[in-house]
Amino acid sequence: MDIAWSLFTPWHSLAGGALIGLAASLLLLANGQIAGISGILGNLLTREGRAPWRLAFLAGMVLSPLLLWSVMTEVAPATVQTPDIDTQTVARLLVGGFLVGLGTRLANGCTSGHGVCGLARFSLRSLVAVITFMGAGFVTVALWRLINGGVAL
Amino acid sequence: MKSALTAMIAGLLFGSGLIVSGMVNPAKVLGFLDLTGQWDPSLGLVMASAIVLSWVGVKLAARRSDPACPVDPPAKPIDKPLVLGSIMFGIGWGLSGFCPGPAVVAASDWYWPALAVMAGLLPGLAVAGAFQARERNSAG
Repeated sequence: MDIAWSLFTPWHSLAGGALIGLAASLLLLANGQIAGISGILGNLLTREGRAPWRLAFLAGMVLSPLLLWSVMTEVAPATVQTPDIDTQTVARLLVGGFLVGLGTRLANGCTSGHGVCGLARFSLRSLVAVITFMGAGFVTVALWRLINGGVAL
Repeated sequence: MKSALTAMIAGLLFGSGLIVSGMVNPAKVLGFLDLTGQWDPSLGLVMASAIVLSWVGVKLAARRSDPACPVDPPAKPIDKPLVLGSIMFGIGWGLSGFCPGPAVVAASDWYWPALAVMAGLLPGLAVAGAFQARERNSAG
């Protein structure tokens, strides 16, 4: 394993992570809710889960790039590359997205719900989820590299 | 109304954090998952920083002992859906470079790879939701 120090962006990571943690704390203290994105999205898809706070949180997320994206092209830790639209890339993203949706709902949480909020309250279930999905992610990317000789994208 | 306002501010802060940290960029995410290549530790530090700040919120909520704050939701067992679902999520994460939060934010900026991910993610959520509802009904 080589650590790519040239790619590592510690200050952006600390600052961005702090904003995410602050958001989770605000939602917990002001609304009594957990900032789990898969749960918020999944509940918004059902009639009984369509609570105003969920819609408002999602609206805030949707607005964030409008306010920040242009600024971030200046300050962003790395330029966002846009891949060409081809069948293989579209298929990879659709299948990947489907597995993310299916898996996070079955496991009742994703990187935010289990990874941030769950670990912050020392939940054993969340620890198991995080170790499992990170492990599966590491293996998937390693296999992709083995077969295709690089990282997707 | 007040609760919708705080939730919206939280959503704005959350999305901003994903942008500032670069986590909306699938290349940064895949760089973290690329253990056997050129490993970029950034995502790990984003999570650590977010967990510390989130832990402060949990501590404050616990001190207030507000019953509305689910600091200690009823403990659920470590079961098959948790593990199998997390494996599926990890595979999808490694294939796409997106987890749900960054997918929402990048799709809002019309970044086409994130739109493609959302087109798969929403049906995935719906299918799992229907499966869970059926399980609940057959159990109850």
